[in-house]
Amino acid sequence: MAYKTPVPTAKGALPVLLPFAPRGPAYDAFFATRWLAAIPAGWIVALAALFPAMVLAQAGAAAAIETPLEKLLRWMPFLFTQGFLFNVLISVLAMAIGTAVGAFAGLALISRARLLRAVARVYVTFFRNVPWLVLLFIVLLAFPFQIKVFGMTIPLPGWIKTVIGLAIPVSANIAEVVRGAVQSVPTAQWEAAESLGFTRRQTIWQIILPQCFKRMLPPWMNWYAILTMSTPLCSLLGVGEIISLTRQAMEAEGNRPELLIPFYGFALLLFLAYCYPIARLTLRLERRFAVKN
Amino acid sequence: MTNWTADQPIVRLRDVHKSYGQVEVLRGISMDVMKGEVICIIGPSGSGKSTLIRCINALNDIQAGSIQVEGQEVHDPRLDKLALRRKVGMVFQQYNLFPHKTALQNVMMAPVKVLKEKPAEVETRARALLKKVRLEGKENHYPGELSGGQQQRVAIARSLAMRPDVMLFDEVTAALDPETVKEVLVTIKDLAAEGMTCILVTHEMGFAREVADHIYFTDRGVIVEHGPPAEFFTQAKDARTRDFLDQVL
Repeated sequence: MAYKTPVPTAKGALPVLLPFAPRGPAYDAFFATRWLAAIPAGWIVALAALFPAMVLAQAGAAAAIETPLEKLLRWMPFLFTQGFLFNVLISVLAMAIGTAVGAFAGLALISRARLLRAVARVYVTFFRNVPWLVLLFIVLLAFPFQIKVFGMTIPLPGWIKTVIGLAIPVSANIAEVVRGAVQSVPTAQWEAAESLGFTRRQTIWQIILPQCFKRMLPPWMNWYAILTMSTPLCSLLGVGEIISLTRQAMEAEGNRPELLIPFYGFALLLFLAYCYPIARLTLRLERRFAVKN
Repeated sequence: MTNWTADQPIVRLRDVHKSYGQVEVLRGISMDVMKGEVICIIGPSGSGKSTLIRCINALNDIQAGSIQVEGQEVHDPRLDKLALRRKVGMVFQQYNLFPHKTALQNVMMAPVKVLKEKPAEVETRARALLKKVRLEGKENHYPGELSGGQQQRVAIARSLAMRPDVMLFDEVTAALDPETVKEVLVTIKDLAAEGMTCILVTHEMGFAREVADHIYFTDRGVIVEHGPPAEFFTQAKDARTRDFLDQVL
């Protein structure tokens, strides 16, 4: 396999020290995407096609009044529109907030003001490493039910809090993406801009960031896929997203064990169908931009 | 603010010292460049040539001494850096064009964004400059689509668009293929002929001999010898200069 060291066999070949390669899969920022994208597309199609058969197999041939599959079919529209689309909404909002905050945090990481840099470094390091579920619980319990702004009372429902709770770790990771992309631009670009009289701020916004936008896109999409796959965490906080609704649907159908595979399997397929194309596209973009520049 | 007049040196260096940590790169450099002069700085690698030229437009700071451009002290903390950079243009060895902008946009960017000039006026000037460096028809090409020599000429045009009084060239042909070196050198020669003050760090001895009014030879952070090319290349007095010339000529 890939880890085996090839031994030079040609006569006269000089022994060389091969570069150090850690064993096992690469645990870089793309691990989740790489894992997901490594699944052959055919498997997913096959899984979706075999899904009813698996359900039937689990149910057995016993003639029930209503088979689990029929029960699922009845619930499908509800689970998709009320459940999965809610997950998508949570992920899109969390990503939007996380990106906006992360962009500024990332620029703060490379700021020339030492204090700002230190504060950003603490923020990014802490929230990149804190478990997401712990963070979600903290946000849920620490934030009030409603906030009063200028005498107006704005309710803060649980799902908004989960959006905030998910946006925080995403912003910390996006900050690292921004910092890495900015620092990957050769310093010569900064010097050229400086010699033409550009200020530091002009250089960042007009010369550096436009160049690294392409480089930031693949890791950004990578984090979006990870975030989307993490939205079921919200079900533990009582938010009515797809996993919560699936559980409730199964309870409504009498909590029968043969419902487990069809109902959770359906949720799994939805996530797979949504995240798989993103993962494939991410890796393709990553490969394309890795070669250029 | 300054009472500089054109009969005084446009660039004036006095006892310039510069070190990177413990390493002293420049150990007392003095130099006078008059308006319209072409100066070539030559010397073995690591002798501080590039550092010297980068100090002149404040890309590097100095530890001691004085550098004046048109009577303005470059390393004065109160210096208006934009004013300095309008006066001093710089061209780099690796061209350093902005890869996300076309040739024309590269040339237009600084006057429009930094000097806030009207884009229409700048565009006319930029097109004329690209024509001057013989790149007519390449306006809409991205740097990645141009050869090294073409990119370097765009970089020269980009620098000229700021209408500088002095141009600094930092080994601008060192990264080029031999056949494209000439086209860049011709462009610089045209500039010199028009009376632009040029300070070049170069390894092109033939070119230095041809265009320079004055040649400086640096070694280990000091100017060993300087003089007009005719004298310099034939009657070098210092042993180090003679050794170097023997190696490169």
